[in-house]
Amino acid sequence: MLEARDLWFSWQPGREVIRAASFTLERGRLGALIGANGSGKSTLLRLLSGVLSPNRGQALFDGISLHNIPARERARRIAWVPQSTPAAFPFTALEVVLTGRSPWSPRFHFENESDRAIAQEALETVGAGHLTNRPITELSGGERQMVTLARALAQKPECLLLDEPSAALDLKHRSALVRTLAGLRDRFGLTALVVTHDLQLIDPAFDRVFAMTCGHVVASGAPVEVLTSASLAAIFDDPNVRTARIGERTVVWSE
Amino acid sequence: MTSPRVVRALLISAAVLAIAILFGLWSGYQHVTLQSLRTDPMTRALFFRVRMPRVALAALTGAALSIVGAALQALFRNPLAEPFTLGVSGGGALGASVAIAFGWGARAWGVPLVFVMSFGGAMLAVLVVYRIARTGVVVLPGALLLSGVIVNLIAASGVLILEYLTDPTRSLQILRWTVGSLDIVGFDMIWRMAVVLLPATVALLAFSRDLQLLAVDEDTAASLGVNVRRTEGAVYFLSSLLVGVTVAVGGTIGFVGLIVPHAVRLVFGQDLRLLMPASVLLGAAFLIFADTLARVAVSSTELPVGAVTALLGGPIFLWLLTRRQRSTAM
Repeated sequence: MLEARDLWFSWQPGREVIRAASFTLERGRLGALIGANGSGKSTLLRLLSGVLSPNRGQALFDGISLHNIPARERARRIAWVPQSTPAAFPFTALEVVLTGRSPWSPRFHFENESDRAIAQEALETVGAGHLTNRPITELSGGERQMVTLARALAQKPECLLLDEPSAALDLKHRSALVRTLAGLRDRFGLTALVVTHDLQLIDPAFDRVFAMTCGHVVASGAPVEVLTSASLAAIFDDPNVRTARIGERTVVWSE
Repeated sequence: MTSPRVVRALLISAAVLAIAILFGLWSGYQHVTLQSLRTDPMTRALFFRVRMPRVALAALTGAALSIVGAALQALFRNPLAEPFTLGVSGGGALGASVAIAFGWGARAWGVPLVFVMSFGGAMLAVLVVYRIARTGVVVLPGALLLSGVIVNLIAASGVLILEYLTDPTRSLQILRWTVGSLDIVGFDMIWRMAVVLLPATVALLAFSRDLQLLAVDEDTAASLGVNVRRTEGAVYFLSSLLVGVTVAVGGTIGFVGLIVPHAVRLVFGQDLRLLMPASVLLGAAFLIFADTLARVAVSSTELPVGAVTALLGGPIFLWLLTRRQRSTAM
């Protein structure tokens, strides 16, 4: 279970970007974190990954404060996928994915065959098996995003935190991403929280939606409960937001 | 478990170093043979008191500068970073110049003042450059190099002022030392350096896995369990120590930390866990070769080794810069 309990965070004193944020995502559920630009979604995700520490409040995993989980153990349980991964050096895609195995291996050990097999499988899972030996510096933004996701999967985590993972992906790979996450949830009980502006992705694959405004979680519930015209108009401060149900899906647009 | 690929790479690097050592020991104007070593006391003195310490100093200095180059490139995620371009050598040079202006023999807490001041200058330079280049969670590559250049200029001005203010003998000592030279007699200084450099090199190697993760991305490294602040602090401290001590003895020898790690990357790949130990061995080999070249290239005199490495490293720096600009434009 992933839980934010009255989290507060500021980059500069007196200018809080996360204010009393609280929510709970049950184990084995797929959650979406939505909100306008600058509402604090990415910062909240970083707090939940342990990359940042809150000024007040607690981020918890299975009831234990992240602060009390040793960093390497935390990395074995929670994987975080950033919005983008800059590439200063031409590491191959496989080398990048293998970094995901580092929490599992002792400090002075190199990855073994089993680690390489896990990394290769992670690349295949996200549809990036053909990129194995390509330098990351030569990949497109979308391809890099797939490699970064594969790195997170190679960590074999119980919980995945993804920051706009579909931002640079084409239509085919966006659908594939959602199918992959839903499949990992159904087969392995993976818990995942995804920050996204792509509201069409959410329904019906996701179980819960959390909406943020000004650093605060203002709405949470099943996709059909949160993805309504009235609710989204308030969340995005846009009276022109419209929603419609097409089959099992909720389609969202702004007029 | 150590990969066979790593063992093979390190064996090759060690073999290159062994060749460099033999080349350095047996090259020079004074022809040395096994026969003359056995029979001629002058040749023995030259070999054991001059040539051997010089090769050892080149090896220690080249190894230290190369591993620091590899570490700083990973830490800043910038292929152009190295002690010289980031102003670390310049800071160390200014600190050492101040110590020389007080006199070579001066000591602080039993340690040669030139070591202490050079380390202090190097540490100060790395902290200033880092502070200027870092905005929030991002280290700006352009600002990093530019602030390194400015720190180098300020340090060079400081050295120049010291040369003018001190007496002619010390001024000449500073001038001769700043161009970079591995001219040394006896092993006294080598032992003193080794006491600091060997543990610092081993300690820096212990961070190679963390640096491998940091070279990909800082936040990702943190999410993978790396204590980023502790690693940064340790790398700054150890890098300053390694550069400070080598600069204190050999002066500013530029671009070694740029040339060697990039050459190692081309041959053995990007993995810092292999790159760093291979840079130690091949950095030592490179500076032995460069110093031997400086000794024998021009008849009747000796070139400053710093000028030789700058002549080799400058064009490589420009090539890397051009390649980086092209990849950014793509």
